[in-house]
Amino acid sequence: MNESGDQMDSVNEITDLDVAPAVTGLQQHLVVGSANASPGAVTVFQTTDLAVYYGDFRAVRDVDLDIRQHEITALIGPSGCGKSTVLRCFDRMNDLIDGARVEGEVRYHGVDLYGPEVDPVEVRRRIGMVFQKPNPFPKSIYDNLAFGPRLNGVKKKAELDEVVESSLRRAALWDEVKDRLKESAMGLSGGQQQRLCIARCVAVKPEVILMDEPCSALDPIATARIEDLMQEIKQEYTIVIVTHNMQQAARVSDRTAFFTTEVNPESDRRTGVLIEYNATPKIFSNPDDERTEQYVTGRFG
Amino acid sequence: MALSTPASIGGATARSYTEGLTRKGSDVRGRVVEGALISTLAFSLLILLVLLVDLVRRAWPVLSDRPGAFLGGGLNSSDASRAGVWQGMRGTVTLAIIVVLVAVPLGIACAVYLEEYAGRSRFAKWTRINVRNLAGVPSIVYGLLGLAIFVKALDGINGNGRTVIAGGLALSALVLPIVIITASEALRAVPRGIREGALGVGATQWETIRSHVLPSAAPGILTGTMLSLARAAGEAAPVLLVGAITGLLRTGDQGVIDQLSGPFTAMPVVIFAYARQPGDDFREITAAASIVLLVLVLAMNGFAIWLRNRYERKW
Amino acid sequence: MAVNLTRVDQLDLRTRPARRRRDRIARWMFRSAAFTTFLVTLLIIGTLVFDAWDYLSALADTEDGLGSLFDIGWFPRRGIFDIGTLVVGTLIVTSIAMLVAVPLGLGAAIYLSEYANPRLRRLVKPIIEILAGIPSVVLGYFAISFINPNLVTKLFSGAHGAFTLAAAGIAVGVMTIPIIASVAEDALRAVPMALREASFGLGGKRSQTTFRVVFPAAISGIVAALILGISRAIGETMVVAIAAGATGGGLFSLDPLQPGQTMTAAMAALGFGSDQVAGDDLTFQSLYFIGLLLFFMTFALNFASDRLVARVREEY
Repeated sequence: MNESGDQMDSVNEITDLDVAPAVTGLQQHLVVGSANASPGAVTVFQTTDLAVYYGDFRAVRDVDLDIRQHEITALIGPSGCGKSTVLRCFDRMNDLIDGARVEGEVRYHGVDLYGPEVDPVEVRRRIGMVFQKPNPFPKSIYDNLAFGPRLNGVKKKAELDEVVESSLRRAALWDEVKDRLKESAMGLSGGQQQRLCIARCVAVKPEVILMDEPCSALDPIATARIEDLMQEIKQEYTIVIVTHNMQQAARVSDRTAFFTTEVNPESDRRTGVLIEYNATPKIFSNPDDERTEQYVTGRFG
Repeated sequence: MALSTPASIGGATARSYTEGLTRKGSDVRGRVVEGALISTLAFSLLILLVLLVDLVRRAWPVLSDRPGAFLGGGLNSSDASRAGVWQGMRGTVTLAIIVVLVAVPLGIACAVYLEEYAGRSRFAKWTRINVRNLAGVPSIVYGLLGLAIFVKALDGINGNGRTVIAGGLALSALVLPIVIITASEALRAVPRGIREGALGVGATQWETIRSHVLPSAAPGILTGTMLSLARAAGEAAPVLLVGAITGLLRTGDQGVIDQLSGPFTAMPVVIFAYARQPGDDFREITAAASIVLLVLVLAMNGFAIWLRNRYERKW
Repeated sequence: MAVNLTRVDQLDLRTRPARRRRDRIARWMFRSAAFTTFLVTLLIIGTLVFDAWDYLSALADTEDGLGSLFDIGWFPRRGIFDIGTLVVGTLIVTSIAMLVAVPLGLGAAIYLSEYANPRLRRLVKPIIEILAGIPSVVLGYFAISFINPNLVTKLFSGAHGAFTLAAAGIAVGVMTIPIIASVAEDALRAVPMALREASFGLGGKRSQTTFRVVFPAAISGIVAALILGISRAIGETMVVAIAAGATGGGLFSLDPLQPGQTMTAAMAALGFGSDQVAGDDLTFQSLYFIGLLLFFMTFALNFASDRLVARVREEY
């Protein structure tokens, strides 16, 4: 972080031009370090000593991660190791759980995400989430996609039509549903519904897309399509994916974080802890930690 | 534009992102909505409070000055100074006993059949539909039933059908669906493992029900029974139609048989009778009688809720 | 040395006859209990239909014939039986009741389901159940002793001093709040959390999520709650019997600020006390005719509500 005066001034000019649209909502898409910047050049999330408690129970501890822009970062590990919990810290979804408490720091482009001034609603607009089980609204396909833009005040039909189409194209779903936009989204297959959820996410033009085991409810073919989709869209978004499927992590991600559980001797409950975080090829061929090696070679979990 | 930026730009970036993420204004619309919703809830609670306060306020002269006379006095719709609730209480208790003797066993038995024997048969399906319908029938229709059937039947038996027994039967018909529905729920909550365990050691179905299922479901069934009784205690329409007295009831010292086969009254009817009389002194009497009935009904409901909370076991 | 083992007769795996018989008797008893519910329904329908039929045929024989059913008002003791008066009275009371119960009931349901924390919910729900347990006579009394003098007459000049349909309607509304609140709340809570998460994940605020996602998703159950409320309001007797006045009868009227007659109050007036008009008299039989109408109305409403609730259960 170069704080010298000259550089800061020129950076300020560029920053203001590029970031101002990002602040105003829907039309934004240029962020510092645009699509053409080299992947991984910008840190989007930085966590320091992150720990999450549900009441008295410490679900995960001591997580130090930095998520880089335009990369796919995978969080892997056995069940109960806190990977979903960590993921949900990035868009403040843990706020919705009664008794959940976050300690440590989560910084988004340098901003403390849990700072008192920060509005979780704004956070979630910029950081989207796709869930394990597809959860389309019981509305039409069109209304599912238009939901997010409408929340932000977009009313004109022409604008909505455009967002709906571009989002569906982005999610590789347009051709399949373009003739039945008014039909209920509940009539789609599982894989289609999940792509719909991705499209719905994309429609609010987030910077980051978090995916919580997005393929675990889908068949292999649908899974493959979504993995292809992820590779396509990572040029425009930053993706963090939680998966219990190691091969998937090896296939799609650039960086992988491995978590495991530790039994707390006093309370006999398991706390998740981050063991290793590295470039994916290294994690799967030559990990630093022995526990990582045991997991990825299938000796446990 | 190709821009090679350092890995993270500190101050400037953070500042602009902070701007974007900060609470904009104070979400006025959201606050208004939440405020409106809270006020509807508060308003409902306020109504309850006003009701109770008004009752106590009005009833106070009667309850504080002459509680004994009031509680012990008979039904008297012409002279407020002699009006009391004793006969009403006696009638209500008798009615409750009849309901316990008639509707409760019948309802539990029906629930047992639905949950333990018939299960998914067509008969069970139609019975359940029928029970749900009966639950929605207005109470006065049960009064008509009481009048047309029970009173007429008892007329034949001992000359005067307008007795507490007819009233009790009409109320039993009214609460029967409630007993069935609540008992069914209680039975359904008993885990399958309990039945399987008993059957597995060679018990017959009846033996399983008698020694395992019913005892497990007992708290839930008891809760449902209390709720039904509370409902029956508060109903006036069926009892009124069956012939409960609203004016003056001369019973004196009767034996039990005479009480059961003669004119009677009940608390809700007493309140109804007093409410119709003009004059402030009757206002006070009505309020006092209302409080007595409320205490009874709320105690029963409260007991039922306590039971439910206490025995809501986590299997 | 040879141990004397009792041989189990492998062919006799049947239950001992005594136990089997007890089991069969028990089963038969329970079955009969289930049959009694049908007996009750049959008796109700039978009574209403037969006596209403008697009434109608007797009425058809009178001077005005069935035209008496459409007259200037409801004066049963004088042989004037305008059904319209009663139905309109019922509608007025029910409408006013719903004006009170729907906002308060739905508002409470939405708040408890979507906004309140568990502690508040645990505190408030029993209070709503208390409200549900208040006997209708007490609320009828409340209507004439408090609602009419302090609310209706103060707010509306020209209102009758002692009895108005409006005061009765408000009291019926208060009685209906708990039903609407509890059924609607169940419907809202049945909506899966995943839908709310999807909405929050897209940056929705709580009010947006509640009204654009949860409420529409729960609409069947909410409509069921409203229908149940209407049905209950229509069938409510004692409140109107005490507070609406006009026990002898009334002219056809659309004015809620005056005393009036509803179907249920008319039935109560005909059916009780020392004035009870008994026997096969036309006046008395009109009681059953109204009862039949009432039964049909509430039956239809309850049936509709039941189907909607079944549909909610299917969806989730």
